[in-house]
Amino acid sequence: MEFTIFILALPLLSFLILALAGMKLPHKVAGLIGTASLSTVTILSYVTAALYFGAGRGADGLYPTLTPYNFTWLPFTQNLHIDMGIMLDPISVMMLIVISTVSLMVHIYSFGYMKGEKGFQRYYAFLSLFTFSMLGLVVATNIFQMYVFWELVGVSSYLLIGFYYTQKAAIAASKKAFIVTRFADLFFLVGILFYGFYAGTFSFTPDVRLLASAGIVIPVALALMFVGGAGKSAMFPLHIWLPDAMEGPTPVSALIHAATMVVAGVYLVARMFPIFIEFAPEVLHTVAYIGAFTALYAAVVACAQTDIKRVLAFSTISQIAFMMVALGVCTSADPHAGGLGYMASMFHLFTHAMFKGLLFLGAGSIIHAVHSNERAFMGGLRKYMPVTHITFLIACLAIAGIPPFSGFFSKDEILAACYDYSLMMGVFMSGVAALTAFYMFRLYYLIFWGKSYYEGQLALFNKGQISEKPHAPHEAPLAMTLPLIILAAVSCVAGFIPFGEFVSSNGHAYAIHLNPAVAISSVLLAVAGILVAAFMYRKGGSKVVLTVKVQSKKFIVAAYHRFYMDELWIFITKRIIFRGISRPIAWFDKHVIDGFMDLLATASQAFSYRIRRLQSGNIQSYCIWFLHGVMLLALILIFLV
Amino acid sequence: MNILNLFIVIPLVMLLALWASRNLRQIRSVMVVGSTLLLALSVYLTIDFIAQRGAGADAPFLYTDSWTWYAPLNICYSIGVDGISVAMILLSAIIVFTGTFASWRMQPLTKEFFLWFVLLSLGVFGFFISMDMFAMFMFYETALIPMYLLIGVWGSGRKEYSAMKLTLMLMGGSAFLLLGILGIYFGSGATTMNILEIAGLANIPVNVQYIFFPVTFLGFGVLGALFPFHTWSPDGHASAPTSVSMLHAGVLMKLGGYGCFRIAMYLLPQAAEDLAWIFIVLTTISVVYGALSAISQTDLKYINAYSSVSHCGLVLFALLMMTRTSCTGAILQMLSHGLMTALFFALIGMIYGRTHTRDIRELSGLMKIMPFLSVGYIIAGLANLGLPGFSGFIAEMTIFVGSFEQPDMFHRTVTIIACTSIVITAVYILRVVGKILYGKVKDEHHLALTDATWDERFTVICLIACVAGLGIAPMWVSSLIDGGVANIFTILHP
Amino acid sequence: MIPAEYYLVLSALMFFIGVFGFLTRRNLLAVLISTELVLNAVDINFAVFNAYYYPEHLEGFFFTMFAIGIAAAETAVAIAIILNVYRNMGTIRLKSLKKLKF
Repeated sequence: MEFTIFILALPLLSFLILALAGMKLPHKVAGLIGTASLSTVTILSYVTAALYFGAGRGADGLYPTLTPYNFTWLPFTQNLHIDMGIMLDPISVMMLIVISTVSLMVHIYSFGYMKGEKGFQRYYAFLSLFTFSMLGLVVATNIFQMYVFWELVGVSSYLLIGFYYTQKAAIAASKKAFIVTRFADLFFLVGILFYGFYAGTFSFTPDVRLLASAGIVIPVALALMFVGGAGKSAMFPLHIWLPDAMEGPTPVSALIHAATMVVAGVYLVARMFPIFIEFAPEVLHTVAYIGAFTALYAAVVACAQTDIKRVLAFSTISQIAFMMVALGVCTSADPHAGGLGYMASMFHLFTHAMFKGLLFLGAGSIIHAVHSNERAFMGGLRKYMPVTHITFLIACLAIAGIPPFSGFFSKDEILAACYDYSLMMGVFMSGVAALTAFYMFRLYYLIFWGKSYYEGQLALFNKGQISEKPHAPHEAPLAMTLPLIILAAVSCVAGFIPFGEFVSSNGHAYAIHLNPAVAISSVLLAVAGILVAAFMYRKGGSKVVLTVKVQSKKFIVAAYHRFYMDELWIFITKRIIFRGISRPIAWFDKHVIDGFMDLLATASQAFSYRIRRLQSGNIQSYCIWFLHGVMLLALILIFLV
Repeated sequence: MNILNLFIVIPLVMLLALWASRNLRQIRSVMVVGSTLLLALSVYLTIDFIAQRGAGADAPFLYTDSWTWYAPLNICYSIGVDGISVAMILLSAIIVFTGTFASWRMQPLTKEFFLWFVLLSLGVFGFFISMDMFAMFMFYETALIPMYLLIGVWGSGRKEYSAMKLTLMLMGGSAFLLLGILGIYFGSGATTMNILEIAGLANIPVNVQYIFFPVTFLGFGVLGALFPFHTWSPDGHASAPTSVSMLHAGVLMKLGGYGCFRIAMYLLPQAAEDLAWIFIVLTTISVVYGALSAISQTDLKYINAYSSVSHCGLVLFALLMMTRTSCTGAILQMLSHGLMTALFFALIGMIYGRTHTRDIRELSGLMKIMPFLSVGYIIAGLANLGLPGFSGFIAEMTIFVGSFEQPDMFHRTVTIIACTSIVITAVYILRVVGKILYGKVKDEHHLALTDATWDERFTVICLIACVAGLGIAPMWVSSLIDGGVANIFTILHP
Repeated sequence: MIPAEYYLVLSALMFFIGVFGFLTRRNLLAVLISTELVLNAVDINFAVFNAYYYPEHLEGFFFTMFAIGIAAAETAVAIAIILNVYRNMGTIRLKSLKKLKF
């Protein structure tokens, strides 16, 4: 498996080439360099997966964990050192496939989407950097390597969100994304430090006896790591950066903020799963509750958004929360007895990456056609963009959990795991799943059905009420539709992958079997959600919508403003940190501490002005002092000596 | 001939040559040749040092030599280097080399400027190669005094005030330092000024240590921007010309940390052990306080100066944590901060040279106008906030991992507090990047400005290469430094 | 013979009158005269101690002679300075001579 080094080396190489020489290359060449290296990486990933899973299980019934490379990068002490290497095990191989596939699709798609944009080379350079970091993250051999690449994906996300660096919103969004995740990373780092100290190693397979003797510290360390994961994976209340991150180019949102980077937190928890389940099951269950709340919150907010990318962003938050819940409800490492969630979570990660990437790319194609993110400018697009329409519909069906699309299978496993954990959790998550179907189809109907904005404008133009002839929406070029078709095809069949064969909580093969009660009820709920959405939005602005809007105006407004979480963010950063802490400290420094130093200087100067009067230049007064001195000395000599 | 002597001889020859040179061309060639020689020499020294260590030379200091200077007071000119000083010499040579290019177009009084500049570097090199406390002190003063003139004459803004303040505060520190050195000298029986011999004697009574440890630490700490004696730094840096800022923040502030470690902690180990907590509290404040103050500054140089307070605070913090890893981290942080901050000041100087303002409220959209400098600035910023792949990350991580080896509550708490600085750093760096580089161009006049010239590009690329090199391949520097630290730890934690 | 104490008292009186004059007079010439008084008081001391306590030696007398000679030269120089001061400043009042102050 030595060739896996190229999976990391190629994107890095293409990043370096594009970053150093990119501006001198023509757009096409730059794009081709990026895409060619990524295609090779994708092929290598598939070969890796084929070889890895093809080699079969070892004598203990597990897929062996391979580390083709591992070297000490930065030594700290005898035991603690940051290693850099490549580790292949079922989940990292699975992630390689997800990342390289989506990334390749985005690379191809961007040819069409970013055509003619200024900074095209820079865009591909950053994409390569991101892909490199993300791949490095998943193949990490130890927690510290993961952290290293974790930071790198953070910064490539920052650079890509701020790609349109002349726009105020993009600057603010990129800053926010970086700072919020950085804040979460602080906890992650402290968690790593605790873990490293008590486990005596940064590797994923520590000495179990050491961990057992550490007591309460290990759960604390794991909880801290989870906070880091929650930051990247946008768990409430650290989710605030993700909706704003949609200011970046849409393919970037598809790659980073839907399919790959944001699931890093889930991946982290999955990576640490054996330790979680053994030493900190209560922390794991807390993860489940946080996930459940986030899922509901994001789903509700998604129902009230008008910007289509925002809807998708909240849908992403909600879906990632599903994965977190699935991990959190695990009660043992045995998939047959409470450990099903692990497999379900990874499965959902896999399928979600495909259909959410598809949704975002589809949204990008729509935005490309109507030049706006707002749904007010859409409507009735199914006639104009047939390919986008069909693929988008497939993705919507997948996310809503309609068989036989991929989302059905993975979500069903998650729900089954939830019901295993407790009835409450199961019912709750089923409800959220129904809500998912509702808001996704609300989006779908608003975009593709209902009154067409273009036709309305055209009618106005024909009547002479507006002077400019509106542009007709058009189907995207092949570079953009091809990835849509491929991803749609994957979303159709991915559900039939025997995922449990490859990935499960204890590594042994697990045959996925549908729980008929859960499956039927969830499909029914999803269909209900879709029907409600169709009833309300198919014709555009039906009476029901209006009544609902009037009835719960306050709630909808609150949901539209995301329950004012962003205002809270502004309040904390601007008011508390900037004005409340930093300004007073700066003032204190300038006036109190520096003032004290200046005071010392002024005081000694004042003192010197005082005593310089003695130096009057008048010899007679000098002589008086001299005389006094002599007399004093004489007295001392006479009386004391 | 001991090659360490060349670090004194070359600057002396440069001084003579500068004095004799008649025109700008000659001055420049003297500077380029001299600083290149110094750089080459320090690279050679590093390689040879590693090779000698690899060949089994395990004396604490290599290349040692000693000449008696003034026998009645046991003052010697004794030289020698260990891993720590080799790293610092390399850093100084890089900064002097790039500083030469950063002040390529220095006006007016070019010759005099470079004379003082070379004298300053002479002091710095002398300090790092000396093993004799008195010689160290002398070189330390040699490095400080030129600063007054460099800022007072060639500076900008309230330069006289800043130069005076900086000099007075640092001289105040020197007074403490001299007191400390004398205390150590007489405390150890007044037989030698040589650091290694005093450490070998290990006969300073504990109550004497209790008096002179705080004095010495404070003396060096002022130069290392220890809270609350850091206020010379913002004003001084803001007024200093570019290359002087680079040299000052890049190298001179490191003299403080180096001295704290080499003299205060190494020679007074018992007091260091017992009294560290006082200074740990102060340095923790430095770290967080410096970073928080940086958030609301509006002058680019002030932001960087406060950032330096924070990062140099981390150096002292790590030293006081007194584990081998954290001290290695501290030296790494000195290296890394030296390079990063030199890069930052160089870039700020270049931007200021074009826009004639450093106020972030007046700057905007520089990315469009000067892409090279802006990209450099972003890289410097990312390095500063500790992005993996740059030197800041490895230094900070080594420090934090090392600090975590102290398992008691107090050390844990302050370490976690110090960790928060990495978030705050991100806030002020991104604020500046967002404000001045991104966005639309505000000032029409700025549109006519040009990007970096060849000498500026050369400076920036050199420094970025160093920062990235250290960040990507940290193992060799780390092991180089670790050797020096290990030797000190035979005394500090026997 | 007149006891030595008489001379010494005279000399002390002259000395302190001289000092008093030196410290209080506002005119440079008067200050110069006061200096002469101080010098002469010292001369008397020299002579008296020599004559009364060490009659076989002559150093005291020589020193007195020497001091008188020096005093004459010094007075000449001082008066020259005072004249120049008067020419340049137009006054020899001490209060108005402040050119050499800080």
